[in-house]
Amino acid sequence: MRGLLIRDLRLAIRAGGGFGLALAFFLIVVILVPFGVGPSANVLAPIAPGILWLGALLACLLSLDRIFATDFEDGSLEFLATAPVPLEGVVAVKALAHWLTTGLPLTLAAPVFGIFLNLPGGGYGWLVASLALGTPALSMIGAFGAALTVGLKRGGLLLSLLVLPLYIPTLIFGADTVRRGVEGLDAGTPLILMAGITFGTLALLPFAGAAALRVNLR
Amino acid sequence: MPDLGRYALEVSLAYGVSLLLLVGIVAVSVAQSRRTKRLLDEAEARWKK
Amino acid sequence: MSFWEYANPRRFMAFTDRVMGPAFVLAAVALSVGLVWGFFFTPDDFRQGSTVKIIYLHVPSAFMAINIWVMMLVTSLIWLIRRHHVSALAAKAAAPVGVTMTLIALMTGAIWGQPMWGTFWAWDPRLTSFLILFLFYLGYMALWSAIEDPDTAADLTSVLCLVGSVFAFLSRYAVNFWNQGLHQGASLSMDAEENISDVFWFPLLVCLAGFFFLFLALVLLRTRTEIRKRRAHAITLRERAA
Repeated sequence: MRGLLIRDLRLAIRAGGGFGLALAFFLIVVILVPFGVGPSANVLAPIAPGILWLGALLACLLSLDRIFATDFEDGSLEFLATAPVPLEGVVAVKALAHWLTTGLPLTLAAPVFGIFLNLPGGGYGWLVASLALGTPALSMIGAFGAALTVGLKRGGLLLSLLVLPLYIPTLIFGADTVRRGVEGLDAGTPLILMAGITFGTLALLPFAGAAALRVNLR
Repeated sequence: MPDLGRYALEVSLAYGVSLLLLVGIVAVSVAQSRRTKRLLDEAEARWKK
Repeated sequence: MSFWEYANPRRFMAFTDRVMGPAFVLAAVALSVGLVWGFFFTPDDFRQGSTVKIIYLHVPSAFMAINIWVMMLVTSLIWLIRRHHVSALAAKAAAPVGVTMTLIALMTGAIWGQPMWGTFWAWDPRLTSFLILFLFYLGYMALWSAIEDPDTAADLTSVLCLVGSVFAFLSRYAVNFWNQGLHQGASLSMDAEENISDVFWFPLLVCLAGFFFLFLALVLLRTRTEIRKRRAHAITLRERAA
């Protein structure tokens, strides 16, 4: 399992897409927003929490289809399915590798991007906390979606259609945490609810993902 | 026609749209059913020969 | 005779052949009686005026939209556990009907909302939940049509339906939470069933029955179509092999 994680991370880094691409995409989204709504801080500050969360979510979506696709094509996924590790574990490790290469860098970079969007001072701590707790759920849900669509030739678009509705609860609670943090309200409640969703997702979706993979490998 | 008052447009629009959608799904289902039945009949006729 | 006998496609076809016609007739009768009753012979509400008549379309379609998803969840589970093909095909057949119901509920709601709330759309929890339900239906149908192998498609869509149900449920509560933060107390609820008077209630009941029978008839018809499609597909495969 640890070997699989190291292998996936190494592949992601060597392919060059992993860390860089998602971050660059996030940066571009954040830069494009002021062009769309105007540079006034009065406009940007209230929408900053939502934009940052949306940007992180879309950046996460970008690399989902690669979680299983390359392994499926070269047959190593079949090897993994017959290996002495449970397939549920493989799914969880794959999601973890995806999180380490996208969710974690996004979380660390988000405060910097918050400056661009005039995010008010009270929001930064909550932004990092909510992204740190929320992005694992995004990766796990994404891994499930990727497992569903792995056998399809052009699954990318379908994958977004399937996964985005599943992201709604996490997005609502995540963005609400930051918004409440900015307004000085109690941001703990949505944060705890989101953490609940994340942990529930981490506990259950590996099984759904493994079930979908078994069907696709049949 | 009943007197729908000043909301006549809204009410008739709602009924019109809904009936259109209902008729649409029924028509599509029936058409698909007919087409598949014909295809299957042809296939079975071929198979028996 | 056990209920599971109908999992045999041949039995199912024979049985539904007898049931489907009456279901269509019942649907047509109940719908025309209910809608004509509601449209022509009910009084206007003292506050909503004649727009109250939209309730005869809006409430039954919304009711069916949710329950069709539940039915799809149950049939998906039956497929996953007992591997009855008819069950999986019934879930597939129900989805387009569910989408239509969701669309009717959304559109009649918007048309009603314009004169009553002064806007076609408000991000009210109920409206938002329905929009999300609409997205789930779309994703489910898209996955069905994307996969070629029928058994693989049935398995994967069933898993999606299970996971989707959990998340649809979560979204429902998340949306409630989210909207509370925006405007509390703005109760835009349509749920007046407890104080709705009998004058409105009886035609509404008839319409509910009509929508239900229409759904039943359509699902049977569409399931039969899917079974025939499957059979035709099997014959072509055999021909190719021969």
